[in-house]
Amino acid sequence: MTGTSLVSVRDLKIGAVTDAGRKVEIIRGVSFDIAPGEILALIGESGSGKTTIALSLMGHARSGCSIDGGNIRVGDHDVTGMSEARRAGLRGTEVSYVPQSAAAAFNPSKRIMDQVIEITAIHKLMPRKQAEARARDLFRALALPDPDGIGQRYPHQVSGGQLQRLSAAMALIGDPKLVIFDEPTTALDVTTQIEVLRAFRSVMEKTGMAGVYVSHDLAVVAQIADRIVVLKDGEIQEVGTTEQIIHSPHHPYTRELLAAFEPVPHVPVGGRDVPEDRAVLEVSGLCAGYGATINGEPKAKVLKNVNFRLERGRNLGVIGESGSGKSTLARAIAGILPAYRGSVHLGGQKLEPALHARSKEDLRRAQIVFQLADTALNPAHSIGTIIGRPLSFYHGLRGAKRDARVAELLDMVRLPATLRHRLPAELSGGQKQRVNLARALAAEPELILCDEITSALDTVVAAAILDLLKELQGELGLSYMFISHDLSTVEAICDDVLVMYKGEVVEALPATRMSSEATHPYSRLLISSVPQLDTGWLAGLEQDPELVAAFAQR
Amino acid sequence: MTVSSRSTRFLRLPTPRNLGYSFNWAGRIGLAVMLFWAVVAIAGQWLAPYPPGEIVGWDYFGGMSREFWMGTDYLGRDILSRILMGARYTVGIALGAVTLAVAIGVVLGMIAAVLGGWFDTLLSRLLDAFNGIPSLLFGLVVVAAVGSSIPVLILTLTAIYMPGSYRFARALAVNINTMDFVTVARARGEGTAYLITREIFPNILGPVLADLGLRFVFIVLVLSGLSFLGLGVQPPNADWGALVRENIEGLSLGAPAVVFPSIAIASLTISVNMFIDNLPTRIRDRSD
Repeated sequence: MTGTSLVSVRDLKIGAVTDAGRKVEIIRGVSFDIAPGEILALIGESGSGKTTIALSLMGHARSGCSIDGGNIRVGDHDVTGMSEARRAGLRGTEVSYVPQSAAAAFNPSKRIMDQVIEITAIHKLMPRKQAEARARDLFRALALPDPDGIGQRYPHQVSGGQLQRLSAAMALIGDPKLVIFDEPTTALDVTTQIEVLRAFRSVMEKTGMAGVYVSHDLAVVAQIADRIVVLKDGEIQEVGTTEQIIHSPHHPYTRELLAAFEPVPHVPVGGRDVPEDRAVLEVSGLCAGYGATINGEPKAKVLKNVNFRLERGRNLGVIGESGSGKSTLARAIAGILPAYRGSVHLGGQKLEPALHARSKEDLRRAQIVFQLADTALNPAHSIGTIIGRPLSFYHGLRGAKRDARVAELLDMVRLPATLRHRLPAELSGGQKQRVNLARALAAEPELILCDEITSALDTVVAAAILDLLKELQGELGLSYMFISHDLSTVEAICDDVLVMYKGEVVEALPATRMSSEATHPYSRLLISSVPQLDTGWLAGLEQDPELVAAFAQR
Repeated sequence: MTVSSRSTRFLRLPTPRNLGYSFNWAGRIGLAVMLFWAVVAIAGQWLAPYPPGEIVGWDYFGGMSREFWMGTDYLGRDILSRILMGARYTVGIALGAVTLAVAIGVVLGMIAAVLGGWFDTLLSRLLDAFNGIPSLLFGLVVVAAVGSSIPVLILTLTAIYMPGSYRFARALAVNINTMDFVTVARARGEGTAYLITREIFPNILGPVLADLGLRFVFIVLVLSGLSFLGLGVQPPNADWGALVRENIEGLSLGAPAVVFPSIAIASLTISVNMFIDNLPTRIRDRSD
């Protein structure tokens, strides 16, 4: 095996020194091989060490980390034994890297072409003319529009999906033997993701390069990888071909990952008849936007005439891609961004558009929970203070009564009561999101606006949060408005779904029959673009090119 | 992992190190020198071997001797005594001015960041315009108009350094203000006072303290500059800047009378910087 493989990693150990000066092992003895032309996927949750391993293939360890043991061979080069100068020579010509955020990887003040061919200039591979011709060939191979002219543009003049493909062109121009893809489609919308994945696949097939594809998304990996390595806590759990991992996983952790991926269809709790006047939230003709107001209308209008109604005890999902106005909708309902037209009724009572005009009681009844638990919790306050504040603010609880209620709320979100003395930085992502929920529950609201609350979490953790939300709904009779770009999450918790596109609701559907009943072309495009856990899905996917051209912002 | 490290923390003694408030040697040296000058500022009166205003030696610009440890000045007064007494003026005035400047600046800065709109614009432009006046020139005009006294000096220095502090605090607070936890507090219906004291202030404390240290040093230097021009503390009293000025002719004679006050200024400013730069990470990087 070692004789024929392109890359071999043996007993790799990578350690890091924390701020407190403590040594921790990030990668604990990982070994694998990559055959020439093979695409290997590294799958795992955040903190599993997948990116660290991928970077180590270039001989690079992030600051604070060091390669402590084992060896890495790429082609004929012993990466671990080399000097830093020789490693630098390797990068771009033998091994190259496609980062997660292409937007952050491009210099906004230089033309794209200059950046794409930079590698050929650094390594003195070929004259500039030849390099530019080669770059244009790559642009064509990656299905970029206007391959001859796109190089003259600046990074902000192309879309996110195009930029990601351009960063792949940058990685491929030095004709490397191995390309590392570090979550290259994670930041993209689903409709864009398809095009990028297709381009990656075809170019890798044509050139016959080997690849390492780092991702947390099994469905994406299934489309592109030949073999999958499942990682957890810096150790390999399971290695196998893509087919085997997806259809007959051996390791319990792999099974858990797959189970978290399968959406559990939501059974409405409020299945009984609800009287017509029991709408918890009613929005009609809502318009909101940003920027300076002229004649009572803001310059940049985001929401355009949004109407919907949410029955008590039921859940409404709002789906759409980035820029569709879903978060703005939540902000307008919460009053953070005052709507300039239209009305919001909460439990039959009209809410003032602006925050300061609303009464404390109105504010209490609708709570908002944000996507990033890290920034939604004040790092200077303890968990007890964070959850306790709405208690004293809305309900006037003090002292021992308040402490008891804080413990009760922590218990409700399945966290130990001792956690209340800790600071947010000492909690994991999932725990922070639970604290975030507990703070919203402290107000005893009727409606919780959830803005992508599971999007930043690992699949297994996110599934647990969704279960918690369902449980709480049963106990407290809450209603959720659930904003997400992830259709399977919405399917798992919502009764009804609104599909948003450019600030308008294009379609309202029951969640269970989302894929079968969607009639609006955009909803159909969006639903069909969600990757399926099936190796043949991308190859077999057919989308109407006109539809794609009309709606996808590629 | 977190749980185990947490439980061991409770078993250990609550020393600064175990609480995460320890700092390195450079910081400790800085703190020691600062404390030394603070003690001198308070107790200088009783430590001084001679009355600071009295001519005790017959030799002007006398060298270092057993009698006069740091030599004598241009009139034959003991430099050591004058430095010990000058510490009171330099440290006291600078401390008073920096406290006022930073307190006013930070509070206004946070209010401007939270309220935004015309209040922010108006205040910012006003203070920007004020910032445009050269500090020494401004001090010169004020002292020339009202006369020099300690309250006037403190207020003048406060006025000179407050706009910078405001700008700094506002820039930090604007960043914190856009964070989700502030949005959540706003959506909860919290008032401006709660937002600035509980949500924003704890998260800008580290940089603000660093700024306070830097500003203290600048104030010491400007105060010395004012005294050097004869506008600071008036004779027969003298702060360190004034000591340098009165004895500047001694420079060509290599008199210790001009060297030691300069060393005093340098040691105070450098030690404050050393301390501030090495503040415990727990305080310094809270928002990270």
